Amino acid sequence: MNTLLNKKKEPIDKLAASSVSGRSLSGEAFRRMLRSPVAITGGVITGLFVLLAIFAPLLTPKDPQTRYLQDKVELGRGIIPGAQPGFPLGVDDFGRDFLSRLIVGAQQTLLVGVLATVIGVLLGVIIGGLAGAFGGWVDTVLMRLVDVLLAFPSLLLAISIAALFAKPSQWTVILAVSIIGVPIFARLLRGSMLAQREADHVLAARSLGVKRGTIVFRHMLPNSLGPVIVQATLTLATAILEAAALSFLGLGDPDPTRAEWGLMLGNASRQFLDIRPELAYYPAIAIIVVALGFTLLGESLREALDPKNRR
Amino acid sequence: MQQLRLTRTRRAALIGLAGVLAVSLSACAESKRDDAGGGGSGGTMVFGNTGNPKMFDPVFTDEGETYRITRQMLDTLVQNKPGTADLEPSLATKWEPSNDGKTWTFSLKQGVKFSDGTPFNAEAVCYNFDRWYNMKGAAAQSQMIYYADVFGGFAHNESSALSDPLYKNCEAKDPNTAVLNLNKPKGAFPAAFTLPSLSIQSPTALKQYDADKVSQSGDSFTYSDYAYKHVTGTGPFKFDSWDQGKGEITLVRNDTSTMPAPAKLDKLIFKVIPDENARKQALKAGDIDGYDFPAPADYGLLRKDGDQVLVRPSFNVLYLGINQSGNPKLKDPRVRQALAYGINRQQFVQSKLAEGSEVATEFVPKAISGYTDDVTKYPYDPAKAKDLLKQAGASNLSLKFYYPTEVTRPYMPNPADTFTAISQDLKNIGITIQPVAESWNGGYKDDVQQFGKQDIHLLGWTGDYNDAGNFVGTFFGRQKKEFGFDNPDLFKALGDADASPPGDQHAKAYQEANKQIMDYLPAVPIAYPSPAIVVNEKIKGVVASPLTDERFNNVTTG
Amino acid sequence: MLRFIVRRVLQAIPTLLILSILVFAWLRSLPGGPAAALLGDKATPEKIANLNHVLGLDQSIILQYFKFLGRAVTGDFGNSLVSAQPVMSEIGTFLPATLELGISAMIIAVVLGIPFGYLAARFRGGIPDNVIIVLTLVGVAVPVFFLGYTMQDLLSAPLGLPSQGRQAPGIDATAITNFAILDGIMTSEWDAVWDAIKHLILPAFALATIPLAVITRISRASVLDVLNEDFIRTANSKGLTQPVVRQRHVLRNALLPVVTTIGLQTGALLGGAVLTERVFNFRGLGFLLAEGIEKRDYPRLQALLLFGALVYVVVNMLVDISYGLIDPRVRVR
Repeated sequence: MNTLLNKKKEPIDKLAASSVSGRSLSGEAFRRMLRSPVAITGGVITGLFVLLAIFAPLLTPKDPQTRYLQDKVELGRGIIPGAQPGFPLGVDDFGRDFLSRLIVGAQQTLLVGVLATVIGVLLGVIIGGLAGAFGGWVDTVLMRLVDVLLAFPSLLLAISIAALFAKPSQWTVILAVSIIGVPIFARLLRGSMLAQREADHVLAARSLGVKRGTIVFRHMLPNSLGPVIVQATLTLATAILEAAALSFLGLGDPDPTRAEWGLMLGNASRQFLDIRPELAYYPAIAIIVVALGFTLLGESLREALDPKNRR
Repeated sequence: MQQLRLTRTRRAALIGLAGVLAVSLSACAESKRDDAGGGGSGGTMVFGNTGNPKMFDPVFTDEGETYRITRQMLDTLVQNKPGTADLEPSLATKWEPSNDGKTWTFSLKQGVKFSDGTPFNAEAVCYNFDRWYNMKGAAAQSQMIYYADVFGGFAHNESSALSDPLYKNCEAKDPNTAVLNLNKPKGAFPAAFTLPSLSIQSPTALKQYDADKVSQSGDSFTYSDYAYKHVTGTGPFKFDSWDQGKGEITLVRNDTSTMPAPAKLDKLIFKVIPDENARKQALKAGDIDGYDFPAPADYGLLRKDGDQVLVRPSFNVLYLGINQSGNPKLKDPRVRQALAYGINRQQFVQSKLAEGSEVATEFVPKAISGYTDDVTKYPYDPAKAKDLLKQAGASNLSLKFYYPTEVTRPYMPNPADTFTAISQDLKNIGITIQPVAESWNGGYKDDVQQFGKQDIHLLGWTGDYNDAGNFVGTFFGRQKKEFGFDNPDLFKALGDADASPPGDQHAKAYQEANKQIMDYLPAVPIAYPSPAIVVNEKIKGVVASPLTDERFNNVTTG
Repeated sequence: MLRFIVRRVLQAIPTLLILSILVFAWLRSLPGGPAAALLGDKATPEKIANLNHVLGLDQSIILQYFKFLGRAVTGDFGNSLVSAQPVMSEIGTFLPATLELGISAMIIAVVLGIPFGYLAARFRGGIPDNVIIVLTLVGVAVPVFFLGYTMQDLLSAPLGLPSQGRQAPGIDATAITNFAILDGIMTSEWDAVWDAIKHLILPAFALATIPLAVITRISRASVLDVLNEDFIRTANSKGLTQPVVRQRHVLRNALLPVVTTIGLQTGALLGGAVLTERVFNFRGLGFLLAEGIEKRDYPRLQALLLFGALVYVVVNMLVDISYGLIDPRVRVR
């Protein structure tokens, strides 16, 4: 493949190749990660975030939807009540408890990030898997398509998809953001499949007369899992950031009752940066920390899986 | 090594080439600065506009972006008194209808000249009326929204959506008297003569630059040179230049204007800044002297910086539409009343809308003749609302609530926030809300107005001139998909009001109609939002207008 | 070399063709329509339907596509719905701003990124390395628009830098090419040059964060890779002095992947420009695009997306070619 854009796949292919050389996510890699402070930091941040998201409804001090202090909000005079007894971080522009909304926001944010990534992985795996497993013209056609997707900057792609829906919702945002991952995962899977086609275990299975479908699902796909997980961790961080960018451009989730960090940040940084900057700063910090956590985890996973680093 | 040396030579050659290029370019690129400096002493005001104008012939658009600019250059026969929606003389010193309302006689102001030096007179007025009426081509006609609204149709209608023309002819009885003959009376007059679309422009310039030419290019239109850069009127400013790249439209003083006098400023620059926050930053930095539609939350900070936030008297209404052919329960008046009692409008207006905004008690803002305080009111009373729902057997009512995204309007500064407040209130009285968000340019208005897919929805209106018919006539004057009801009594009342002679009788007829509307409650009026305009402390002479009709002729930069 | 370039150019054509079809299909499936954007608030459904008819938007999609193709071949992409100007001339007017911003951001990213990366690699595991790595990770994790707003609020006033726009409105600058800096230099209007530079600083830094972070990390990784290569060990054992090894061997070889990254980051820059230009009211292509999306301005979006893809393809082609120049082996492959 000497396409124009093949440079982008090189690191991915390198990563893909690593899975061929044997046990993905092996115990050895795991031990190596435990020794790395980067991996531990990433793991702790993402772990806490996931726990927070799962138990969010139990942790909120107040109901995140009730407009407790709406009577005290006067936007026309620039008043949104700040911290006070019962409301440690103050309230938002609807008089709702800001702390509770931040906590519930973890759940919504994780939901958007994970679903967008999972959809991206599924679509990418199907495209890349088909291309890699069949080769030939299937490969050529599918990879052309992936090239086209790659030709657009990811944010523009997400904007284009988001604009396609007359009725924006949480789901259209998730779908728009998931498109970012599709070409990446497709390349990844294809590379990994191609590399495995000539690998010993596949050749062995083939010579034993195992059917092609079985080889693909039993032998080739599981072996590609490691690199996919690594890439998915990294994509999750991007997904959360891009969802925030869509909100900022007015293409995000239109339901203002939903507490999602990107949505909260997009709204607040447009309207309230001068009167109550915390409404923007806290979700921003939350997003940065979580994106950082997933990136750290993904990078250290990548490094741990890289055969070059095995000593 | 060989490779390396080669690159080095190549690099040297490139640098040499670049040098030659730069020298030759600077040789031919002379600075076009004039050292004379800016002549007069009136100074310059830079004003932040919210959007791009398409062009400057107001008859081909219905967009405020264009009007904001043409209002400084063009005049109408009748105008709004600064700061109000009351009529006052402009190009016409007097305007009188005949008894049957089919003839309007205008006495014109004397000694007025267009900025191209040609005289303004009755012939010029009639030329403009004839121009509109005889406009040819589907492309041109499809753009003349206001003209078609007021005058119904053209000499040759190019579309079945147009109706019979109201216009008969225009006579120049003498140079200072123009007589407009109509086929039937129209209640919107004389207020509709203030519409910026009906500005009187120079016949000579219109002819010279082929102003009627509107042609299609791809999915859009190309207008004539007249519309882009030669618009010519009688106003205190005249057109100078339009820099697309910078988004700047420059007007200069029209020294020969007698409408009422040349502007005090030398120059008036409109700078297009679509982003609200960027407009604020620009004002803070002194890049602009004022801008339109500051966010309510910023009023306090702007004032603290010494800026003047001028609140416009409200000329808008925001309503919660009810579609009676949606959920059948909505046909029951008790259910509609329950919606009205169930919404805490007071809280919404106070906490989310700008200073000067008020709770709406009917569909006509206070500034308009035809408004009456004597209507049935529906103060916030959730218990009563629940009770009414119970009586109507609609205790577990479920409604599809449509609201738009990607839009702000003077009557709806933040649709999503409005939706949140109203939907939470309705949930509190036990109604299940199925939210449907739809993007404004992605078909919201189609779905709501053309197909009536909703049960309830958010929409509103900004008045065009001081006539109640412009509001309630537009909303409830006929059977519409948007509201899905058939109430012949109401339609008749509104039709009669529209045809009633101008003056007290006209206002009374609309007051009666408004009472009838608020008893029937075809929708719930929510608020009269009040937009603002902000200028820095040095600017004097800006008067906020309910119709966003601010004319900058008296502005000084003291 | 020439054959290599010709091959690259030919390979770009099918990608662009598919793109044009996809873009057209995408726009025609967008909900709403030009009529809603062309007409304002007061348009009734009947008036909108009439306008759609006038524009021929009620004809079959196939017919519309061929009409579009016929016009596009002659370089006519129609007029914008928002501005009523030919979209091609709009792109011409707004492109210089984006180029100015993009190039400045890229210069910042490269000029800071490569030394940072090299520094981190040289002190691998040390304090500079860790600090730089953490910064690059945070740099990628900050939402660009939020960074822009924060810079406006916190940096603009103390540093005396303009927080929005491309030029001070009072400045009397002669426009020739629409590149504010270049125009100023050509006409020797030095105050205009300085003004343009000041207006560039904040948005360029905001836009540069992500490429800067990526270039730093790639430079670091690639320097580390090269340091492990046999020929460096050979050079070291030959007794060549450290500066010579560094300049002739390490940097030169480490530069390859960095050049690639620069090409790839162009795409990210175009995406980031949409946000940055919006926040800083910097009137470039991203600004046009944001406005076009909001108003569903078909003709403008059509032209802009195709143009964006074209730029991306061309930049990647240039990267390929420069790759071929730096590393002769690539040409043969």
